[in-house]
Amino acid sequence: MKTVDLNTSTVRELNQALHDQAKQCDEREWLVTHPAGTHALACGLDQNISVDIEGHAGYYCAGMNQKATVTVHGNAGQGLAENMMSGVVRVTGDASQSAGATGHGGLLVVEGNASARCGISMKGIDIVVKGSVGHMSAFMGQAGRLVVCGDAGDALGDSLYEVRIYVKGEVASLGADCIEKEMREEHIAELSELLQKAAIDEDPKTFRRYGSARQLYHFKVDNASAY
Amino acid sequence: MCGIVGLYLKNRDLEPSLGKLFAPMLLAMTDRGPDSAGFAIYGDEVGDNQIKVTLQHPDAAFDWNTVAAGLGSKLGSEPDWLQNANAAVFKLTCDEPTARAAFAALAPGAVIMSVGRSIEILKGVGLPEDIVERFGLAKMQGSHIIGHTRMATESAVSMAGSHPFSTGMDLCLVHNGSLSNHNWLRTRLKHQGVSFETDNDSEVAAGFLTWRLREGDSLEQALHAGLRELDGFYTFAVGTRNGFAVIRDPIACKPAVLAETDDYVAIASEYQALVTLPGIEDAKVWEPEPARVYLWERQDRLGVAA
Repeated sequence: MKTVDLNTSTVRELNQALHDQAKQCDEREWLVTHPAGTHALACGLDQNISVDIEGHAGYYCAGMNQKATVTVHGNAGQGLAENMMSGVVRVTGDASQSAGATGHGGLLVVEGNASARCGISMKGIDIVVKGSVGHMSAFMGQAGRLVVCGDAGDALGDSLYEVRIYVKGEVASLGADCIEKEMREEHIAELSELLQKAAIDEDPKTFRRYGSARQLYHFKVDNASAY
Repeated sequence: MCGIVGLYLKNRDLEPSLGKLFAPMLLAMTDRGPDSAGFAIYGDEVGDNQIKVTLQHPDAAFDWNTVAAGLGSKLGSEPDWLQNANAAVFKLTCDEPTARAAFAALAPGAVIMSVGRSIEILKGVGLPEDIVERFGLAKMQGSHIIGHTRMATESAVSMAGSHPFSTGMDLCLVHNGSLSNHNWLRTRLKHQGVSFETDNDSEVAAGFLTWRLREGDSLEQALHAGLRELDGFYTFAVGTRNGFAVIRDPIACKPAVLAETDDYVAIASEYQALVTLPGIEDAKVWEPEPARVYLWERQDRLGVAA
């Protein structure tokens, strides 16, 4: 294991060393100490490595991640795992707003709460939150799954496309075109697998499913006369 | 963008080191606001029949001695006062209108930054580092402090546009964000007798709270009224003589992090500004929820005695 102490190294040096692993991988396990809430830690990784960040991270941690497993042992600031393509990002504490925004793939696990706009514009990423999520979560979500073991804030799934949302607790309100849907066997199986991958012990049968009513995102033929 | 920071001490033993604990917090927010910086510190409280007035003069060589002597002849005896760079703090045994009239006559070029029993506001154009150095922040003591680093958007980079803003006794406010209904609110508040020194949107928020408190609201009620009436993006940190509050607008675009231990409560725009606080590793650290009032108040007399 290689340790990078951010008391003595810069974030740029850390990220460069991690990027170099994409060309030639000589170290699979990385430990980052004294992150002190600095921004853009472990961004743009493109290798099957694991990075453990010992403490709170600032904005845009683990953005654009591919293949790597990044674990923040603490809280993460806004834009955690933004535009993730693959791999696993886990935060043991809370994540600030826009966690997993625009993610195309991979798994984001938040063991605490995620605040507003969690999974905004998700495009294939899976997000599992052990706690609650804030308002406008999964806004315009196109593909992927969002699992919330706690409660969801206002306007969940507003203007949703094809993201499937599973919530165990209360939903403050549903956004435009987001509706509750039947929890069928295939959904219980899908949710079981997601919870298992996230290593979170919850009974999938206690969740409700939400999805798009599909009234907003396609052209309505009634409007054809406008052209 | 702007950075806001605040530190409210629960453990009175830390009061002598308030400035020392707070200076690195303000400096850590330099990236968010390099245009101007300032802080409102509470402590060194004057008695029931006294007020404390903090002024600044654009001329660093301004002779405050003459003002003190003039106050002496106007009010009967020369007041307690001290100079700090281009600012001066006067402790007066008179009411606020008398004090304002006296300063208008004796120091027409000076600007009153704050009036109260406990508050002192010190601010100016420049990097946070310059402001911290200029006023000797690290040596200051007190019970709570709120600071701001500004990246200007709604009004000019000037002393007048620097935060914190105070529009009433011992009240101050720092703001990260921008208000969209400030012109209309300013007009409405002027009709209610609230006066404004600048065209700045954040000063309107301070004026709004001053008006609500004057109408008999508690700080908590005033903040709830603010959530209803103030339209725009904001994270506010608010100080009163004995209180410290944080609110975010319902959309919550502007960041905020709170930390609490048995010794203190702290707010910052980013966690980076909290890392130098003692015991932060074990503090409860969380993001304040949108449209929720976070308030800490104490009942006893404030500050380390002069």
